[in-house]
This record gives sequence, structure tokens and C-alpha cells, in this order.
Amino acid sequence: MMGETQPAASAKGASIEEKQYLLRFNADTQSHLHVMDTEVCLTSCPDKICTVFCPAEVYKWEEVRMHVGYEGCHECGSCRIGCPHQNIKWVYPKGGHGIVFRLG
Amino acid sequence: MPEKFDAIVVGAGPAGTACAYELAKAGVNVILIERGEYPGSKNVMGGVLYRKMMEEIVPDFHKEAPIERPIVEQRFMMMDKTSAVTFSYKGMEWAEEPYNNFTVLRAKFDQWFAAKAVEQGALLLNETVVLECIVEDGKVVGVRTDRPDGELRADVVVLADGVNSLLAKQLGFHKEFRPDEVALATMEILKLDKKIIEDRFNLEEGQGCTIELFGDATKGILGTGFLYTNKDTLSIGVGTLLSGLIKHKIKPYELMEYVKKHPMIRPYIQGAEAQEYLAHLIPEGGYRSMPKVVGAGVLVAGDAAQLVNAIHREGSNMAMTSGRLAAETIVAARERGDFSEAALDDYRKKLMSGFVGQDLKKYKDATHHFDKFPQYFEQYIPMMNRAASQMLTVDGMPKREKQRKIWRDIGPAKEKIKMARDLYRAWRVMK
Repeated sequence: MMGETQPAASAKGASIEEKQYLLRFNADTQSHLHVMDTEVCLTSCPDKICTVFCPAEVYKWEEVRMHVGYEGCHECGSCRIGCPHQNIKWVYPKGGHGIVFRLG
Repeated sequence: MPEKFDAIVVGAGPAGTACAYELAKAGVNVILIERGEYPGSKNVMGGVLYRKMMEEIVPDFHKEAPIERPIVEQRFMMMDKTSAVTFSYKGMEWAEEPYNNFTVLRAKFDQWFAAKAVEQGALLLNETVVLECIVEDGKVVGVRTDRPDGELRADVVVLADGVNSLLAKQLGFHKEFRPDEVALATMEILKLDKKIIEDRFNLEEGQGCTIELFGDATKGILGTGFLYTNKDTLSIGVGTLLSGLIKHKIKPYELMEYVKKHPMIRPYIQGAEAQEYLAHLIPEGGYRSMPKVVGAGVLVAGDAAQLVNAIHREGSNMAMTSGRLAAETIVAARERGDFSEAALDDYRKKLMSGFVGQDLKKYKDATHHFDKFPQYFEQYIPMMNRAASQMLTVDGMPKREKQRKIWRDIGPAKEKIKMARDLYRAWRVMK
């Protein structure tokens, strides 16, 4: 629904890219999220539902593999619980790393 | 830093900080471990903080804490696509001391609260992840952190590590949660001039209003939306069961945009500028999803113990009370020198006999019921809107005929019986 390059809407912060841009991240150099068996995504998971419900669009399906943009993760835990194949290893980023909420 | 403490508290949210504050105040040598850059940097809340439970820990806190606005009106909007039936209570008794509740921004509030615990003598250690509890002879004796030489030992460990509750899961206190046991909420903080907020929400200077959104705000999926007033920002959010997002294949941020553009909401937020976007899980499983909360040398508090009353959007108050009760139990256990599961079980007893346990029990079937029977949100709220529109539209149709039309709108006799049964069931799970 939303184009990669074109911000979709009138108001500032309407697209997920713009929403993510409002945030401060102190990303670690290593991912805290791991797809355990990439074959499972390819062969057993037609919906790839993590690409839908992840609130930060961390998971993106790229033809044959799952791209995990851990740098923009809100550390909510939805992917760990919602993956229909329990195929995501989920730990917290290293202390002091990851998302830094300033307000809410 | 000494290697051995009297107590270790994991997580500087409302539960952990309340616990560390009370322990330090009682002279217990306590370390409060927070994984974020500062307390609050990983925390999200719609924003309502209840005065009573906070005041039991820090009396008169509102005089110095970074609160946003005392709430004087609570509105409940039953939304259809282009309409809403709204209920509200506004009372001036809430506009003065002792107040009922306040809006707060968690990153600010949690930092302040943790600083108060430090003032009492707690040691706050930021930027540190607890990887696991150290268990020896069946008893928790400390934690392993991600710092070099990161082992810390204590007589007792309090797990207040939040909704994901990884540490209690490692101890076998609960299994992984199911998607229908957690709600995924997204929220935005929108900047808006103070005076404009007060005009739009019909408020006097400094006062606040909360609006809860039901029905079309979540496109009929089980969940709620909210719109709260802060000093010079609004908090707008929407949360549904994770299972609902999966079932209906909805992107949470698109649902957020849908709410922001809804004709019942748009005028409130017009011209307001997004400052932050946040996502977080809420434990919604209630009483039936509660883990074991006590073990040898260990207690579980707050979201980690699934202490949320989803029907009344209460959670931080339960977290604080659980933290305080955990501290009380630890202080008593120290006097006896006994941190066995049996000795610490007083915590569970106090928690379950007080308002936390009683309210969780009262609503133990509510979330499950409304999830299982989607017609409340999908059918009855739109029906309520059509009935209100019919009765209040003056078009020359006699009122009795309008009533008959509303009655027919429910459907054939079997639909009416079903609706009566649903209302009775709803009353049963809520009573």
C-alpha cells in the first residue's frame, strides 16, 4: 500500500518510514533478532504474517529470504509470540542499546 | 560495587522502582537494574497514572513529579464509521486534591520515580541486561548480566522485567504467551498548543480529559483506542489483541492512521504534529495467564506477572502495588532470615487478597469472552449508532414508528434472542 520512496500521506508522520524517523535508536552492531530456520519462511509460511503485524516493519520479505531490520525494532516482542512457527529467536539488545523512547 | 546485595530488582518500571524504593526506605541494600539508557526509555503507557497507589509509596508526589494533567473528564466513545455514541463523566471533585488520576509521559515520570528510589538509598544500574537468574540448589541466588564479570548475588531477586517476562519463563514459571494473551498497542505523541488543547477538550487551564475509543477505532477487532491530553501534547493510541491483527492481517501503523483520520477523531488532533511513535505489548490474559509469582529467593511483579485489568485500563497501579507488597514481604523475610518459597508466599497471598487479585479474578473471563464473540464490537456498536441516529433525526416519522424500525433493524426473532443472550453473557463476565 505504501510506496518505498513516496511518503504516502499529507500529514507528517503518516507512513511507517516517517513514524520511525521520529525515533531515537542506539543500534548495536549485532542483531538481537534471529530467524532460526530461513527455510521455514520460504517453504512453510505463505502469509509471512510477521511482515504485517510488526509495528516497525522490521521484517521484510525479499524474494527468497527474510530481511530483519533489527535497527528499527521497538523491542515489543510481538514477532516472538506471533510467529506461527516459533521461528524467531528474540532477546533484548545489549544494555543501553536499541530504542530510546524520549516521551511516552 | 559489592558483589553481594540484600536484594536485586530487575527492571526500573513502576513495579521494580516501587519495590526498590520501599526496600531502600526500609534500609535494605538493593540494586535496581535497568536495561535502557535511563528508566522509562523502554517503557510505553497510554498515560493514565492512578493517584492512590502511587501515593501509598510517595505521598504528595503530584506536587513534584512530572505529571501532565489531572483528569477531570473520562469519555467513552462507541464508534461507527462516521458516527459515535459518547458517554462521559466529568466531575469537579477530580479537579482538586486528592485528585483521581493524572496523565504522565513515562520516559519523564519513570526517571523521576527512579531518582526518588536512589534518594532513598537504592543503587540504580542502567544499560544492563539481566540474561538469567543464577539458580543453586533450587533457589535463586543472583543474576547474570551482560556486563563483564556481570554476576551479582543477593538473598532475593525481584523480576519486574516487563510484559515479555523472559526471566520468569526461564525459571519455568510460565510458558510462552499466545497471541491472544497479549495486545499490541501503538501510540503517538502529538504536539499541540496548551490553549488549543483546553479549547478542543472543553477544559479549564491545566485540567485534563481522557477519551476511550471502542468499535470502529479497531475496525471491530477486540481492542480499544485512546486519546489523552497532556500539557502541550496529545497521546493517541490503538491496541488490539495480537491474534486479531494476525487474523485480520492488519498493519498496526495503518490502523493508527485510520484512527487519526476518523471523522470523530480528526478534529481533535488537527494541526498537531507527531513527535514520537511507540509500540509495546500489553499483557491481556489476566488471571488465567498469571505465572507463578513466588519461588525460592524470587518474586515476580508488574507486567511480568501479567497484572493488568484490561477492562479498566489499569496496570501501572497494579504494578506499583505489587512492587510495594514484594518489598514488604522481603523486609519480613529478612527479619526471619528465611527466603524460602513458603516464606515469600505472603507476597502472593497479599497480592491476591487485595484489589489486584480480586479485580483480576472478577474479569478473568472478560477478554476471552469478547474475543470469542466478536458481535459486540462488530454488530452491537454500529446498531447502537443507527438507533441513536434514527431517534434523534427529525424527519417527520412518528417516534413510535422509529422505535419499530430500530427493533426491526436487530433482525428476525432469533437474532433478538441471540442479542439478549449476549447481553446477559456480557453482564455475567463483567459482574
